Amino acid sequence: MEQHEASPDMDRPKAAVFNDPKIRGLIYQTVLLLAVVYLAYVGIGNVSGNLRKAHIASGFGFLGNPAGFAISQSLVPYNEGVSTYFDVYLVGLLNTLLVSVLGVIAATVLGFIVGVCRLSTNLVVRGVATIYVEAFRNIPLLLHIFIWYFGVMRLLPVPRESMKLGSFALLNNRGVFVPRPILGDLSWATASAFAIGIVAWIVLSRWSATRQRRTGHRFPVLWPSLGLVILLPLLVFVLTGAPLRFDYPKLGTFQPSGGIAILPELIALFLALTSYTAAFIAEIVRAGIMSVSKGQTEAAYALGLRPSPALRLVVIPQAMRVIIPLLTSQYLSLMKNSSLAVAIAYPDLVSVFAGTALNQTGQAVEIIAMTMVTYLGISLLTSAGMSWYSAQKSWMER
Amino acid sequence: MDSLQERTDQVFVRTNMLTPSAPPKRTSGAIGWVRANFFSSWGSALATIIVLYISYRIAVPAINFIFVNGVWSGSSRDVCTNTAQGGVQPPEWFGGCWIYVHSYFAQFIYGFYPAPERWRADLVFALFFGGLIPLLVPRVPFKAFNIIFMIVVFPVATFILLTGGHVHFLGFLLPNWLISPSPLKFAIDYAILTAIALAAGYAIARGTQSDPRPTLHGITGAMGLFAIVLILMAMNFGLQPVETSRWGGLLLTLVLAVTGMAVALPLGIILALGRRSKMPVVRLLSTIFIEFWRGVPLVSVLFMASVMLPLLLPEGVSFDNLLRALVGVAMFSAAYMAEVVRGGLQAIPKGQYEGAKALGLTYWQMMGMIVLPQALKIVIPGIVNIFISLFKDTTLVLTIGLFDFLGQIQASFADPNWASSVQVVTAYSFAAGMYFIFCFSMGQYSKFMERRLDTGH
Repeated sequence: MEQHEASPDMDRPKAAVFNDPKIRGLIYQTVLLLAVVYLAYVGIGNVSGNLRKAHIASGFGFLGNPAGFAISQSLVPYNEGVSTYFDVYLVGLLNTLLVSVLGVIAATVLGFIVGVCRLSTNLVVRGVATIYVEAFRNIPLLLHIFIWYFGVMRLLPVPRESMKLGSFALLNNRGVFVPRPILGDLSWATASAFAIGIVAWIVLSRWSATRQRRTGHRFPVLWPSLGLVILLPLLVFVLTGAPLRFDYPKLGTFQPSGGIAILPELIALFLALTSYTAAFIAEIVRAGIMSVSKGQTEAAYALGLRPSPALRLVVIPQAMRVIIPLLTSQYLSLMKNSSLAVAIAYPDLVSVFAGTALNQTGQAVEIIAMTMVTYLGISLLTSAGMSWYSAQKSWMER
Repeated sequence: MDSLQERTDQVFVRTNMLTPSAPPKRTSGAIGWVRANFFSSWGSALATIIVLYISYRIAVPAINFIFVNGVWSGSSRDVCTNTAQGGVQPPEWFGGCWIYVHSYFAQFIYGFYPAPERWRADLVFALFFGGLIPLLVPRVPFKAFNIIFMIVVFPVATFILLTGGHVHFLGFLLPNWLISPSPLKFAIDYAILTAIALAAGYAIARGTQSDPRPTLHGITGAMGLFAIVLILMAMNFGLQPVETSRWGGLLLTLVLAVTGMAVALPLGIILALGRRSKMPVVRLLSTIFIEFWRGVPLVSVLFMASVMLPLLLPEGVSFDNLLRALVGVAMFSAAYMAEVVRGGLQAIPKGQYEGAKALGLTYWQMMGMIVLPQALKIVIPGIVNIFISLFKDTTLVLTIGLFDFLGQIQASFADPNWASSVQVVTAYSFAAGMYFIFCFSMGQYSKFMERRLDTGH
């Protein structure tokens, strides 16, 4: 091999320009950027050419046009023929959020129960929880939805032969019919009493925690707060003359009249999303609890803590550090999975906006872009919120 | 000394052990086991009884439905309907109509693939499982040949077998007025492309003052191999062409999942490397790509693929429905794959990177020979899990008009010959069982690999 002397005066071996990592990196990045820009340019050119050929005007102007179709469930006022495509978007988005929020709450509760059961010392409980997890997460979500919808909801009796749930609700293949509450004039008093109760409860528990930290004395928070949150509104409710009536559903010839109708699609989607996601959450909870080393529990016992406080004060706070980030991604996938609603025509964002509205207007680019941006926005907001929460609790440290 | 001897003589030392007394009956043996596992406390005992009762209430009807009342023979819906519905079963009968599943079985597996050509699909299944199973069992030798079979021979054979091959290549480079589109034009275009690649390789090698020969050999080899593949695809083997619109059932499910995986794995590796790159543009583009696909639901990706892909392509070029779905599925799973691979890359100790650099390896040598083999090995369970969710997610192609396994089952409900009140429940039990067998066994494999790869520190 050729030997070079290590003297700065000697000319250094001339390296090719392309071998300089900095310049090479610059060249690679420029080429990549040019390729992406070129592809985008060609794509946009093709899209506008194809749209011109199909006589479709691009732009978001169509959002103001009236949409000529009915939607079976809307949380905001929606009138066929009067409401615009933007209203369709809002209705779809709210329906997506409705089923997602309901699903997240129920799946969390069910998932935590099953996850704790997976660690039970009782063999039967543990076995059934394991069967539940394996059976539910190994079957596609779409099949869950079909089973609940075509296999359960649609096989229910026709409205005339509705099943009665207690004396107040009806169940048939058009959905569940529950009483509609009719609020009286003074009901605002009860609502505000409830709000005051909750605020007082928060203030009380904060004050009690600070006092305990300062003096070591505990203030019994449970009973006063129960009184504030439940008894106070109840008292106000009775004093204002119980301003609440219910409109009960009654059997009609074709459809029960009165009450609130909950769509069978919503029920099927909710049950499927809940039972499917709960299986995943159960595994996360189990992994989280098992990730806390046994020494922590033993140390807590050695300090004289009983099993329940040891679990509550030592194990669970540490398990949460593992559970929270994984739980967030499960919530996000539940929200995204709610778009499977399109398969059973529950009027969610994808179904009514990216489905029906797209077919009617042909504005594929705008509608798909709006749908995608909406889902992306919800995903990013949720992730940001959860990281902020974790930072507050300093769970993510390490 | 004497006195000690005397004293010792008087001391009694037992020379044989007493038999130990048995442990209390309540904590040992069968009774103890039952107590510890089922009745350790009042709460536990109550839970045992309640859970057993609920399981009994669920299991008995399920067994009745599947076995006791199940119908395994017959020829029409009569055997699966009760007398009130015009059938032969007693009024309270509720059982599985397995004969309907049996008569539809071929359609659930092949979709509308023409019956005389189904041996081709069978051959593809055989090649797939015959190549996959030895690859999955760690003890089987010749892994390198097996991998080459799975990533080169199997895809080409599958393409030719399923579509019928005999593709007409018409050229892609030279303008049409120069030579009319024909296989000859394609060959000329291909030769020009090869020449350009060789020239570029030579120029770069000269520019960096390195030996141009390995680069040129590499390019010639790759283009030659690819040319052989293209020739095979263009050859006429006398197979009946079958359009992708007739594919369906389990065949389509597997085509979607396996192709999606085959594209997602290399793309995911590149994206993961890009996201960890030191070049800001590369890092930014990779991150945007990954986060975009991970942030949107697969249904909307499929909608986009089926509605927007045709708009993105120049006039005259069209993708069939299956190819659109494949593009969507591949992009979607590549993003998830990238995150799994990135996890593996992060788990490799920094010393491995530094050691490789100290040996003078280039970036690609370092990644290809040191880092990726270790990183990919530790993420095998993660890759299998992605395949499981991809396998389950292929059911969503139903929403864009493709009939995969679940799609065929839905489609069979339209047939009045087997319409009955138990049809839906029967079909879904069958589908759930099939998906469970596939996904559960893959999940167990993933766990097995996890235990095997766990070196336990």
